[in-house]
Amino acid sequence: MVQVMLSEATQKKIAKLKDRYPEKKTAILPAMHVVFKEVGYYNQNILKQIADLLELSQMEVSETVSFYTYFPREGVGKYHIQVCTNLSCSLLGAEELVKYLEYKLKIKAGQTTTDGLFTISTVECLGSCGTAPVMQINQTYYENLTKAKVDQILEDLKKGK
Amino acid sequence: MEKILFKYIDVPDQYEIDTYIKNGGYRALPKALKEYSPNDLIEMVKKSGLRGRGGAGFPAGLKWGFVPKDSPNPKFLLCNADEGEPGTFKDRWLIEKDPHQLIEGIIISSYAIGAHRAFIYIRGEFAFGAERLKNAISEAYQKGYLGRNILGSGFDLDLEVYRGGGAYICGEETSLMESIEGNRGNPRLKPPFPASVGLYKNPTVINNVETLSNVPHIVLNGALWYAKIGMPKSTGTKIFSLSGHVNRPGNYELPMGTPLRELIYDHGGGIKDERELKAVIPGGVSTPVLTSQLVNVKMDFESLFEAGSLLGSGAVIVMDETTCMVKVAYRLSRFYEHESCGKCVPCREGTRWIRMIMARIENGKGREEDIDLLLDICTNIAGKTVCPMGDAAVVPIMSTIQKFREEYEYHIKNKKCMVDLGTRFV
Repeated sequence: MVQVMLSEATQKKIAKLKDRYPEKKTAILPAMHVVFKEVGYYNQNILKQIADLLELSQMEVSETVSFYTYFPREGVGKYHIQVCTNLSCSLLGAEELVKYLEYKLKIKAGQTTTDGLFTISTVECLGSCGTAPVMQINQTYYENLTKAKVDQILEDLKKGK
Repeated sequence: MEKILFKYIDVPDQYEIDTYIKNGGYRALPKALKEYSPNDLIEMVKKSGLRGRGGAGFPAGLKWGFVPKDSPNPKFLLCNADEGEPGTFKDRWLIEKDPHQLIEGIIISSYAIGAHRAFIYIRGEFAFGAERLKNAISEAYQKGYLGRNILGSGFDLDLEVYRGGGAYICGEETSLMESIEGNRGNPRLKPPFPASVGLYKNPTVINNVETLSNVPHIVLNGALWYAKIGMPKSTGTKIFSLSGHVNRPGNYELPMGTPLRELIYDHGGGIKDERELKAVIPGGVSTPVLTSQLVNVKMDFESLFEAGSLLGSGAVIVMDETTCMVKVAYRLSRFYEHESCGKCVPCREGTRWIRMIMARIENGKGREEDIDLLLDICTNIAGKTVCPMGDAAVVPIMSTIQKFREEYEYHIKNKKCMVDLGTRFV
């Protein structure tokens, strides 16, 4: 497990959430979004720090967080490619899109490239069915995808754009 | 007809408060606060016939009326922006393109039910929409539409965005409340209903984004104006999210009762690549599939119910002749298995068994008796769970077997699809 120390700014933001709501536990998801933005993933070490800041037990935080699939766990690549494979996207080639990404990045869905740059995941409906096929990389949506667009997106990310 | 919710959807900076005001925004709010009592507003929304746009179609005014007026507890208004029903993407547009229309609706609705605190629960993936809402809310605070003593009326309201964590079940109202309370999103048994025991055990009203966005227009133009649009029991307009094998997918705001044919062919530009229409899911994947013979059905709550389906969230998924219905059902079985929260045994175990049986049929290992076995599992899930997700999970299976049984039989006998989608990603 990577030992990550949350930055002072992040710690302050989380501490401020503690008294914002009628019940402290309400602050768990908002705290996770703050952490997600800074670190990009979570592990038990991070949950412990959140629990301490919110004056909750680590178990309480862990119990809640483990329900929600939006926050990736430790080990996810720098760019988390989440491909929608639900019905509307599948009707327009989502399965082939996944295969194309697997071919381009030489990994299978669920795996991370050895350089730690990319993870491919298949996910449920992203709520962008009118612009299928769709994928989300970290917080950004990429819509109406074609092979040429995917090539360009991966190229740009590799260059750090 | 003139659009109501989407009237300014193409104005690039409609999301900014000054543009919203220039286009007639924040005029319903002072009218509501000065000319009407909370009870007047509840009666007005009842008379308008506005029904919930999240899927169930429950009359909004009636829901508001259930909030006990004599309760000493604080009341809450929750806006359900968890838009997760596959096929639906209308609320995302309303949020990203016209957030103040929603915020104005929330303020008026909170005043009507006596809530001084409101949350917009938005699905985690909508990071851009959440950011847009946060900015719009701070603009509204600056102009005095939110906060203490709104427009000198003495009414206070605090509103904030609450981001979810990617769980479909949190679109179910009691799961949504559990989620805001910081728990796993497991649904609660009803009764008690949220109107009396809701968020933090207080009286709570939960309305969908589209429902609340209608409220300012009803206040401005009157209940009777609204009730005249659409159908007698399904009033107003509806935003239909059109996706799948159509030439022009997108969101279309049309009067309730618009024929499906008009939506697909006139607005959606017809079927892609000049293929034939095969089937349509009319209201999100939890609503029964319709065959192409029903393409003249009117799109409203009653007409779709009579046709054997539901309006749901108005998400219309169009499938052409190359679509394998077994594959469709298999795909959706994976969705429901993934999203089952695990609280109720029939749903947790049943969705897994359905997926496993669907997988073996899809992969050419199906057995003749599997079709009846699937139906048996379905009848043992439906009606036996705390929330409607169990009922929803069996819909794609039961309705595809009912209408396309020959495809299942073909699949089992020939170990392959009867039709092939071909290459669609180029």
